[in-house]
Amino acid sequence: MTQLDIKREALRKPNQKKRKSCPFSAPNTPEIDYKDLKVLTRYVSERGKIIPSRISAVSAKKQRELSKAIKRARFLALMPYVVG
Amino acid sequence: MALYESVIIGRQDLTPNQFEELIDEFIKIIESFKGVIKKRENWGLRNLAYKINKNRKGHYVLLNIDSSSDAIVEYERLMRLNEDIIRFLTIGISSVDEKSSPLMNNKSDRYKSEVVNTETTSPSNVEA
Repeated sequence: MTQLDIKREALRKPNQKKRKSCPFSAPNTPEIDYKDLKVLTRYVSERGKIIPSRISAVSAKKQRELSKAIKRARFLALMPYVVG
Repeated sequence: MALYESVIIGRQDLTPNQFEELIDEFIKIIESFKGVIKKRENWGLRNLAYKINKNRKGHYVLLNIDSSSDAIVEYERLMRLNEDIIRFLTIGISSVDEKSSPLMNNKSDRYKSEVVNTETTSPSNVEA
């Protein structure tokens, strides 16, 4: 850790949590693919809506890829547009 | 020549053989434009996530194609005319994925098992 990082750590208020990093940007993460339903279903709500990136912590770039993949999967009836 | 990935969904009342023959015909169209089929994957009869033209199920096939865009235009035009094809999606890709896609023989898939659960046809088919 550099001198600056230590200072930041100290400045953070006690209850403030560190921002989660993007789940797709880490090494060895699967590529976003419209055929990979296991991955895609994790990023839609119970109702079938795409979860906002501010909740899932997906980066803006990956969120764009993800939403495109989900929309392709919906078009091919692999995933529902609405549940219930 | 460019690489394309195409998923085709056929009507549920076709027999698997009829569907295969239908796909062979579309492949012939691509080949008549000197295109090449790099990969062909049959996903079988899957439950649709929602009804399409009163179909609850559909035969799925995935093709990876290396051809000119003219071939794709003609191939898509003929698919639009064919009533046995309920839906198709063709996208451009940068490379062919040699591995089989995650949907191949995937019995534990969520939407599939859900429908099996509600119909309670054969509980032995449900995988945890």
